[in-house]
Amino acid sequence: MIASIIVYGLVNSVILALIAIGFSLTFGISGVANFAYGGFYLFSGYLTWMLLKYLGLPFGLAIPVAILATGLLGFLTYWVILLRVRGIVLSEVIATFALGVGMLEFFRWKGFVTYEFTLPYFVKGVVEIAGVPLDYQRLIIIGIGLVLVLFLYLFTHHTRIGLSFRGIAQNERTAISLGIESDWTAALSLALGSALAAVAAIAILPLGIISINVGYDVLLIAVAVGIIGGLESAAGILVGSLILGYAQVITGMYLAPEWTMVVYLAAIVVVLAIKPSGLFGKFKELEERV
Amino acid sequence: MKETILRVEGVSKRFGGVVAVEDVSFELGRGELLGVIGPNGSGKTTLVNLITGFVKPDSGRVIYQGRNITGKMPYRIAELGIARTFQMVRPFYQLPAYKNLIIPLYSPRVRRLRGGKYGERDDVAVDLLEEVGFERDSFVPYKVAASLPHGYLKRLELARCLALRPELLILDELFSGMSMSEVASTLPIIERLNEEGLTIIMVEHRLRELFRVADRVIVLNFGRKIADGPPRQVMESEEVKAAYLGSEAEVPDA
Amino acid sequence: MRYRKERLDRGIKARCEDIFALSSWREILYLLLPRAVPVLGLLVFPLLKGIVGLYWEKVLVITCAIGLLALSWDLMASVGLVSLGQALFFGAGAYIAGALNQAFGLSPLITIPIGTLGGALFCTLLLFPVLRLRGVYFAIITLILPLLFARVIETTKILGGTEGMSGLSPLPGIWFELYVPVVALLMALFGFRRLINEDYGLVLQGIRDNDRAVMSGAINIYKFKAQAVFMAGVAGAFSGAFMTHYYQFVGIPAFAMDYSILPLTCAVLGGVGSFAGPTLGAFILVPLSEVLRAFGTLRVVFYSAILIICVVGLPEGIFHYIQRKYHQFERLVEVE
Repeated sequence: MIASIIVYGLVNSVILALIAIGFSLTFGISGVANFAYGGFYLFSGYLTWMLLKYLGLPFGLAIPVAILATGLLGFLTYWVILLRVRGIVLSEVIATFALGVGMLEFFRWKGFVTYEFTLPYFVKGVVEIAGVPLDYQRLIIIGIGLVLVLFLYLFTHHTRIGLSFRGIAQNERTAISLGIESDWTAALSLALGSALAAVAAIAILPLGIISINVGYDVLLIAVAVGIIGGLESAAGILVGSLILGYAQVITGMYLAPEWTMVVYLAAIVVVLAIKPSGLFGKFKELEERV
Repeated sequence: MKETILRVEGVSKRFGGVVAVEDVSFELGRGELLGVIGPNGSGKTTLVNLITGFVKPDSGRVIYQGRNITGKMPYRIAELGIARTFQMVRPFYQLPAYKNLIIPLYSPRVRRLRGGKYGERDDVAVDLLEEVGFERDSFVPYKVAASLPHGYLKRLELARCLALRPELLILDELFSGMSMSEVASTLPIIERLNEEGLTIIMVEHRLRELFRVADRVIVLNFGRKIADGPPRQVMESEEVKAAYLGSEAEVPDA
Repeated sequence: MRYRKERLDRGIKARCEDIFALSSWREILYLLLPRAVPVLGLLVFPLLKGIVGLYWEKVLVITCAIGLLALSWDLMASVGLVSLGQALFFGAGAYIAGALNQAFGLSPLITIPIGTLGGALFCTLLLFPVLRLRGVYFAIITLILPLLFARVIETTKILGGTEGMSGLSPLPGIWFELYVPVVALLMALFGFRRLINEDYGLVLQGIRDNDRAVMSGAINIYKFKAQAVFMAGVAGAFSGAFMTHYYQFVGIPAFAMDYSILPLTCAVLGGVGSFAGPTLGAFILVPLSEVLRAFGTLRVVFYSAILIICVVGLPEGIFHYIQRKYHQFERLVEVE
């Protein structure tokens, strides 16, 4: 029993982390809250589905295409829309929000809601870990998650581009004066975040069907993980997703599956009351006033 | 012996990997005019932010009139009587100049001190502008802030501080961007305020003017205090001269 | 020969300064008409229900409900808080009123006020911790809170669950139904406008534009933000509480995205910060939305498109545009 909690909890946490990572990255680097995140997630799913079904592309080709396309979409979102309203919080927020809702409701209107819409598993089969049955897909998801986290950590701490990303995050004015292109960085951060959404989508969507609610849920999850763990911190995503992931699994097993949503709400309310910027959130609120 | 109004004890602040202020301490007596100078990037503005609550120090304390105000919210510190100007002046551009002063006049502190009544705020605002050199019978106080030249905006900033009836006034590079004549007309105002008993800290680059009014000067370099004393004496220190050699600030002849 | 555009006040506007506005009928009408005509129109419209038909009267009520949400949004925007979840206020007021009515059988005359104040208080408390954080956090939280509440109610089946609470008490009479929302809308409109034009409003806008300057002016910006959220909450929760009894039903749709995105679109289209703009926006978009009902969810896509276009292309909004045209004229002037 304990073993299954540990394993399923881990799987759940990695899934949540995978979903949250793209949103948190964009926000952490450029301060842009990409409310269209859910829309991008679904977009990549539908795109992959269409590539597979209508263009007959092999899986191995469809995946990179979808990831790149979604990344490009993110980049264009910044360049075409956000660039013009950069700095005006009101307009930035409304623009991405409208884009996200518009995309999701457009998909709904188009009727992308039937059971046909599934993505194939990478590998079919089940394996047993510590006596707990686990399908390969989920195992692969854990693997992807870990690789991604490692990659991102190395990227932002050891490469020049990555360090400049962190420089922007620390203090935009200093970074600008050091000659780092803020607009390019922001656009790239959006592209990267969206691409990560695609990665998460392609890995996770096979577990269920592609539905519009997923789009909203994804945003909910990304935000919840970010709020609890702290939106601008990699450790925050890990901790936030672990807490939420395990809490979900435990409530699901001992109380009732319906209560998982309550867990989300309760966790958010508690964090807001105690440390609003999140467990690992850097309370930069005042320092940015200068 | 002058009463100590402000005591800064060993404050330090790092931003990420950069040390902005390191172990700075000094005392300030009531009625003094203290200059804070140093090359660009030496931590002057950060020091001001640390005192006024806009940045929380990593270590050290700030004691004002016997109270520990370290890291308190800026509005609490302002409520206690410390007013500060901002280097980058950002008035409310679409409002007339005098309307810019309504906000501090709305604060609890001012209501307590002035016993303000509804409707009087506008008059008080215009009076304040006159104090800082806006010609009274002209329409300048009523002009939209966006249309005022930079020198006026800086004086508006000063008026904003005076609206609070502060006991300690911190001027962060008030004279930067002002023309010679504007400085010449603003300096006497500051002198007068100091003579009337207002304790003032002036962060400045224009040393010639500063030295005319400052009782004492502290010098910062790379976040550390390297000198503290009367202006002439401080400028004779070798360390201070070396610090300035690499920068472009004009060093007045001793 | 190069030209630039110059904008000048119209003659009549200049003649209207201060007391001179009373100098002749033309000036008085110039100032009064734009305000009086819509107000009178609104007050008279319910009387025309025999001619216009109950359908359009229903549209009027919904317009007022959305208009209240749009005004509530605008007030928060005036202090720098961008809300993506007006549905939170709406739903809170709706459910409190509905629950009180169903559980205790209290009349709408009691549940609506309690729902209004209770909803506003609940939301203010919930949002209070976020007020200290960067502006974006507020948007993020307001976005997901309604979604979360909807999910919680749906999955735990409390407060009626997916079916909601139906068969609630109706409102006392058709005149009550029609006039209360209209009067509430007008009160909110003129009330908020007056507030913003007073010194209090200056403080709010100061917090939006340059909060560190306001803080250094010894003002507790969080207290003011909380007050603004509360007042906005009153308008929003009232809308929800009222509509609960209008529909005699409250359910998960009370937290629907529609109640968040539609007021937002009204405000942005109409002109952020003007209060009259969001009201105008509501009177344009809600009837339009009713007419386009056949398109279903595509309408939301339509709102999104409007939002993006307005935000990027016409940030000042319709109202400001009209106001400018009314008060000023443009002409080309030679540039030497």
